[in-house]
Amino acid sequence: MIKFIFKGVIRDKSRSLLPVIVVAIGVFLTVALSGYIRGFMEDLVDQTARLQTGHVNVVTKAYAKNESQMPLDMALLGVDTLIRQLRERYPGYHWVERIHFNGMLDVPDKNGETKKQGPVAGLAVDLLSSHSDEVKRLNLGTSLSAGHMPQKPGEVMIGDELARKLDLSPGDKVTFIGSTMDGSLTFQNFTVSGTIRYGVKQMDNAVMLVDLSDARKMLDMADGATEILGFSRDGVYYDNETLVTVKDFNARYVYSKDAYAPVMRRLRDEPSLGYYLDYMNKFSGIMVFLLIVIMSVVLWNAGLLGGLRRYNEFGIRLAMGEEKRHIYRMLLVEAVFIGVIGSVVGTLLGIGLTVYLQYHGLNISGMIQGGTMMMPNIIRAKFTPDLLSIGFIPGVIAVVIGNMLSGIAIFKRNTAKLLKEIEV
Amino acid sequence: MKILLTLLILSGWLFFQPSPDPYRILEKIDDNMISNTKIIEGEMIVYGQRNTRTIRFRSYSEGRDKSFTEYLSPPREKGTKMLKLKNNLWIYAPSADRTIQLSGHMLKQSVMGSDMSYEDMMEDRKLKDVYNANIVGEETIGNRECQVLDLNAKVKDVAYERMKIWVDKQRFVPLKEELYAKSGQLLKKIILTDVKKFGHRWYPTKITYKDMLKSGKGTDFIIDRMQLDVKIDAYLFTKAALKK
Repeated sequence: MIKFIFKGVIRDKSRSLLPVIVVAIGVFLTVALSGYIRGFMEDLVDQTARLQTGHVNVVTKAYAKNESQMPLDMALLGVDTLIRQLRERYPGYHWVERIHFNGMLDVPDKNGETKKQGPVAGLAVDLLSSHSDEVKRLNLGTSLSAGHMPQKPGEVMIGDELARKLDLSPGDKVTFIGSTMDGSLTFQNFTVSGTIRYGVKQMDNAVMLVDLSDARKMLDMADGATEILGFSRDGVYYDNETLVTVKDFNARYVYSKDAYAPVMRRLRDEPSLGYYLDYMNKFSGIMVFLLIVIMSVVLWNAGLLGGLRRYNEFGIRLAMGEEKRHIYRMLLVEAVFIGVIGSVVGTLLGIGLTVYLQYHGLNISGMIQGGTMMMPNIIRAKFTPDLLSIGFIPGVIAVVIGNMLSGIAIFKRNTAKLLKEIEV
Repeated sequence: MKILLTLLILSGWLFFQPSPDPYRILEKIDDNMISNTKIIEGEMIVYGQRNTRTIRFRSYSEGRDKSFTEYLSPPREKGTKMLKLKNNLWIYAPSADRTIQLSGHMLKQSVMGSDMSYEDMMEDRKLKDVYNANIVGEETIGNRECQVLDLNAKVKDVAYERMKIWVDKQRFVPLKEELYAKSGQLLKKIILTDVKKFGHRWYPTKITYKDMLKSGKGTDFIIDRMQLDVKIDAYLFTKAALKK
């Protein structure tokens, strides 16, 4: 019987072609968009964690309140002790210190006079220690576009675009002008060792990467850091686990009235990222739901049209003694076949596009001009095994629901009038 | 009848009493505060949230548009020099052995972490040339009678759109200033105290700046020594003097 139905679906194109196309398009869109959103979110979370927030981070309460101003005077002090405690208490994380600071980069001419100046967003990380994994974490090796990484104190890397604006090349001398932790004016000469291209506008346009020890000396921050970042050992962000860590850490300081007491936040607490995560999670669910509803309505209509076309066929089958329930069941089995065919086609196409975008990506730099969030310029899709089912199952369900609704008409046929209706 | 006549004359006299001219007050402030040359030695006490820093300085100025400041202590600041010539500001940093011109948004940064910005230092125009003035009341600050002036900018390139100043009626020294942004937000509050006489001029020797957008407790500028109208070597107001 199954073989008979399958042949019917394959041979009678008018019965299957439109529903298969509708299902295939719906499933294709679901799979491709889900893959794209997943890739976008993973890139965003990963990049935000590596460059900005870690999976968890520790700052002072005062710094947390004024974070947008990057107030150095509210930075953590006694970092060595704090980081040792964190390593002992939460061994599931790699803990690293960083300093974010702002200032101006001054480029001298041959007489030592100011030739060009530009604002910089400084980031100090441990670049020179042999045990540091920050170079790998920040992908400095692959981001290097000219020169080499800092190999000794007094060397800095700057964003590619910043280097272009200031006419700087590896080997050039620059002077950083900024404020120390106490607010004193600080001047420090550096040599540009290399330039980096992250593919993140905010970084490429303004970043100055400097070794932590150089920054501490320059900013009068011995044993200080603006933040301590924690990265889970397998490099993956776990929302629930980080929440447990954050609650446990903050419970120790909850009654502290010291404005400079440490406070731990997780990646999700970064305001705009939390919003994106919630939005994207909801968006995936809403998209699957809409797919089922829209496809069901379209297929319901397609089924009604098919019902009209097959009006005589059903009439004859009823007249020959076939039960209404049996015809209805057969219609649903047909729907499963159509759903499976459409879903397979849609899933294959969707995965094809996902894999293509995983390697080639989509450049969105034109859309994020002026944004404050660190977003990658090129968004890549991400293939994950669950994409095989994310559109497939809703695709089949939608066809079955559509046929269930349209097939109800079979039960409304009056068997007493069948012969008249089919004009036999 | 005599009493009625006296009251009439008195009320007429009060009515026709000429109201003080706000621009005349501004002129008198400038006459009192601006000398041909000035040498000041003093200290700047910056009250931060976590610590207090005292920075000693010696400053030479000629009129309003030339000044040279050398920082004497603490060690981090020692040897840092600033030269202001009209709208230009250069800083010499001994640690980097560089003379750097500050411009653009760097001028909005605070001077040595204090509540005063470089932009505040740069303003060298006379008040009456920059602001429209109105007298809005009278108040007593300490035991000094003051006239309260409301100043609104009449030029575009001004750091503060509006100022409110309390001016000592007799000495023509501002005793309090409030500086506002275009939005009406109070940006800075300045209290000027310990007014002393230097020759024929009255001058505040303690000026407390409070940047209302900063969380610190303000900055005190304390003048220990001041010499007015003395000869200053013209070489000091050149870039070459910075590295000397």
